[in-house]
Amino acid sequence: MTSPKRTPLYSLHVELGGKLVDFAGWEMPVQYPLGIMGEHKQCREKAALFDVSHMGQVILRGENVGEKLEALCPQAYATLKEGKARYGFFTNADGGIMDDLIVSNAGDHFFVVVNAALRHQDIPHMRAHLEGVEVTEIFERALVAVQGPKAEDVVGELCPAARDLKFMETTVADINGVECRISRLGYTGEDGYEISIPEDKAIEISKAFLAHEDCEPAGLGARDSLRLEAGLCLYGNDIDQSTSPIEASLGWAIQKRRKEEGGFPGADRVQKELAEGAARKLVGIKPDGRAPARQGVEVQCLEGNTIGQITSGSFGPTVGGPVAMGYVSKGHGEPGEKVNLIIRGKAQPAQIVALPFVTQNYKR
Amino acid sequence: MATYYSEEHEWLTVEGDTATLGITKHAAEQLGEVVFVEQQEAGDEFEKDGEIGVIESVKAASELYAPVDGEIVEVNEALADNPGALNEDPEGEAWIYKIKIADASQLEDLMDEAGYKAFIG
Repeated sequence: MTSPKRTPLYSLHVELGGKLVDFAGWEMPVQYPLGIMGEHKQCREKAALFDVSHMGQVILRGENVGEKLEALCPQAYATLKEGKARYGFFTNADGGIMDDLIVSNAGDHFFVVVNAALRHQDIPHMRAHLEGVEVTEIFERALVAVQGPKAEDVVGELCPAARDLKFMETTVADINGVECRISRLGYTGEDGYEISIPEDKAIEISKAFLAHEDCEPAGLGARDSLRLEAGLCLYGNDIDQSTSPIEASLGWAIQKRRKEEGGFPGADRVQKELAEGAARKLVGIKPDGRAPARQGVEVQCLEGNTIGQITSGSFGPTVGGPVAMGYVSKGHGEPGEKVNLIIRGKAQPAQIVALPFVTQNYKR
Repeated sequence: MATYYSEEHEWLTVEGDTATLGITKHAAEQLGEVVFVEQQEAGDEFEKDGEIGVIESVKAASELYAPVDGEIVEVNEALADNPGALNEDPEGEAWIYKIKIADASQLEDLMDEAGYKAFIG
């Protein structure tokens, strides 16, 4: 075992009293003294700052990068306009999801953010398949997310250009005289930004955000409960090499032209599932009681047959009770359907619900 | 009346052959914010090291293990509606069970307060 890596914000986590854990090979704060619930509510009500520097930041340079990405992803990246970001995923030949990512058209290059645990897979994948494209993994920049209804005030005070961005837009602007990439997006269901900052200025700028009375640091624990309430998939839990985008209810992330034309790995399966429906699909599941249903919990129909499995489940601080997502087989999964969750051998009643559990507050 | 501590971070305040059982402040801090407590019922018998409940925080579920053989005589029902009490007052109001101890000699395997303090460092 190699010792976990540290992000440019490591000493700030220690200074702020962060409880550090190993996450995907990185020493990351799971929470600060405020606690997961407090940090979660802080993000829903005001603003929270997250270190997401463990994620892979990649620059793609070359001719027609967007068009070339379409050979690896089912998204319409060829027509992604400059200054826009778009959620997507790499698919494998069987139509499973290799990783999910955000691709931004930065004008003279494309900027891609991939999951921490899959950097080692995604970068060689892009190098092998994006012919004539220079793939550069950025190690010398931190990535900081400022999320919540007050994020515009927190970031806008130091960087007025941030106020002008709309959801899924990206730009380059100075913060305290340092050039940063600012994108209006996130993983919490709230308005907010992800900001790529040169590593030697990351602490200084993070502290400047935290100096705002409405901004507090938040860790990976709150990030997970926030994304779960917002109905956002976590790679490795809700989506993986075996789940197709249609099964994962991610059809919205595949643009019309790509659905019709195909031309991406696993397009046969995706198009077949679009036409005929998938064998299973990812749905929201709300336990009636207070017991959280964790990953791996079996889902049964009221007749007692197994119809699926929980893939993410926890306590939702904003919902005020347990929330979960999981796959159920074809013929099941309509909102309102009653099911049982087998928690420690006992059947606990629950209901299928529409995702997300909380309203997404994006600035469109 | 004497209080004993287990390596599983439970406290046990003994009066005669009955005792009140809960988790230590240290355990509550390690768990984080408790959102759910699964308790057994009065009358349930258990053996030392057997599972007698589950405490769930936002992040994870942790089992509660019996420090001695015995029987549950009373359940702190208040925890069902207010599991967060386990963070506020784990060694007082937020006791989990009152139990009847089957074999008092098993108490000798437990620690006293000084021993527990040394154990958690």
